[in-house]
Amino acid sequence: MNSSVSKSIRSQSFPLQVWAQLKASSWAWRVTIGYLFLMLILPISAMLAKAATVSPDKFWAIATSPVALSTYDVTFTTSFIAALINGLFGTLIAWTLVRYDFPLKRVIEASVDLPFALPTAVAGLTIATVYSKTGWVGSLVAPFGIQIAFSRLGVGVAMVFISLPFVVRTVQPVLQEINKDIEEAAWCLGASPWQTFWNVIFPPLFPSILTGVALGFSRAVGEYGSTVIVASNTPFKDLITPVLVFQRLEQFDVPGATVIGVVMLMISLVILFSINLLQAWGRRYDQ
Amino acid sequence: MTSNPQPLNMLDKPVNDRNLKKSWVPTLLIGIAVVYLGLVLYIPAVNVFYQAFRLGTGAFVENLTKPEFLSAASLTLMLALIAVPINVVFGLCAAWALTRNRFWGRSFLLSVIDLPFSISPVVAGLMLILLYGRSGWFGPWLNSNNIQIIFAFPGMLLATMFVSMPFVVREVIPVLEEAGAEQEEAAATLGASEWQTFWHVTLPNIRWGLLYGVLLTNARAMGEFGAVSVVSGNLSQQTQSLPLFVEEAYKQYQTESAYSAAVLLAFLAVVTLVLKEILERKIE
Repeated sequence: MNSSVSKSIRSQSFPLQVWAQLKASSWAWRVTIGYLFLMLILPISAMLAKAATVSPDKFWAIATSPVALSTYDVTFTTSFIAALINGLFGTLIAWTLVRYDFPLKRVIEASVDLPFALPTAVAGLTIATVYSKTGWVGSLVAPFGIQIAFSRLGVGVAMVFISLPFVVRTVQPVLQEINKDIEEAAWCLGASPWQTFWNVIFPPLFPSILTGVALGFSRAVGEYGSTVIVASNTPFKDLITPVLVFQRLEQFDVPGATVIGVVMLMISLVILFSINLLQAWGRRYDQ
Repeated sequence: MTSNPQPLNMLDKPVNDRNLKKSWVPTLLIGIAVVYLGLVLYIPAVNVFYQAFRLGTGAFVENLTKPEFLSAASLTLMLALIAVPINVVFGLCAAWALTRNRFWGRSFLLSVIDLPFSISPVVAGLMLILLYGRSGWFGPWLNSNNIQIIFAFPGMLLATMFVSMPFVVREVIPVLEEAGAEQEEAAATLGASEWQTFWHVTLPNIRWGLLYGVLLTNARAMGEFGAVSVVSGNLSQQTQSLPLFVEEAYKQYQTESAYSAAVLLAFLAVVTLVLKEILERKIE
């Protein structure tokens, strides 16, 4: 790219900049903007335009119908709990991976990314089997009257599975960079290991834990493949919002699907925005 | 005589305590981590292989020679073969444009590229239906020209491209930033064309990061279920990819054939993780 062109463009506003870049510059820009337009802007516009054809009253009625409200409850509460569980155990896993040496550490470390690599349909299938009444884990809790697969609990297990890597992968690098000198200083000043953890290690770690939890939550909220197989998809019991959108489409209720889809899109944009804020907060600790 | 050992004991005690703590805290934490990972990851993962080979390799091979399975597998391969190169071209262009230029709204554009990770796959599929479906924006035009996108291969391809879009950009930007622009500028000064500069200077610098992105893109493209499921119509031997085949077989109580297909996808996941580990070491 010609640097004098990009310099003269820098002072203009964003849309003008993009347009000027497009006119002036190489095809890399054209491919980028063209692809983003085709793959993101056009589809999102189509959905917003479709939602705009629904009157506000009707939009509100569909978005807050009893079934929709119950799916929000199942989706968001379960995702939130799953993300918090991973916040706790993910931090613990990151800690053991960074601080301790033990056999098979490399294998365990690599396996944390399994939920990213394993297709969600396979995850759903095997979790439904393992956590069913006759499965390896499900049969252990079945005598206590606890049913995991085909209930909200099963949805939770699937959400824990798919959101597992996020906290580990956001906390690990931050933990690696925490200077051991500070800990030793705290120790020399007479702090107990527990005090050292809470007052010295935890504060810089906290933004990254929150970021990981938010990323995991965002992934769990949108998840469809594993949860649809593990759940019985009964309304008011374990029906999640993405499955409701799918069911509306199957019933040819396109406006209904669109309204709930727009609600989901808005919520994911809010989560994305919060994640960006959290990451900015985490950068405060960078020297 | 009896008073002498006492101070010694008092000195010994805290030391022993500390030694004791050092020995059991890590063991406990590692234990918790392994039990947790076992419950959530390892037991389900082992179960896939156990279920697939429970009835012996004969039944497994038989399931894999059924026409429904073969057509699903080839469809998944086709989706990845087309979607991955397209996303590689886009990823390289976007990463280059975003690294070599600083402008207002750059971080906003980065967030926009990450959107497919935040949008639920089902919503992604819905958006494609509203665009290319019968009552969608392009529906009438597509219909009059006899082009079918939704409930056909092109729709599944678009869904696959959508969900696997950000990986290459994300992995290439850091390596491109690290490589710096100096070598490219030197090549340009020496009279190399844009293409020559890219092929001989930029690409060798970013090759491991790019491969890493390709690996993740491919894993997502072959494994995507939600978005593809919305736009596919799920017709056996026509618009059924491998993940859709797994779910369909399971719903039809053909658990064995579901697991035969699932184990292939799980094998793909294991290969992906191994290659990822190798590439991570190369990047470092």
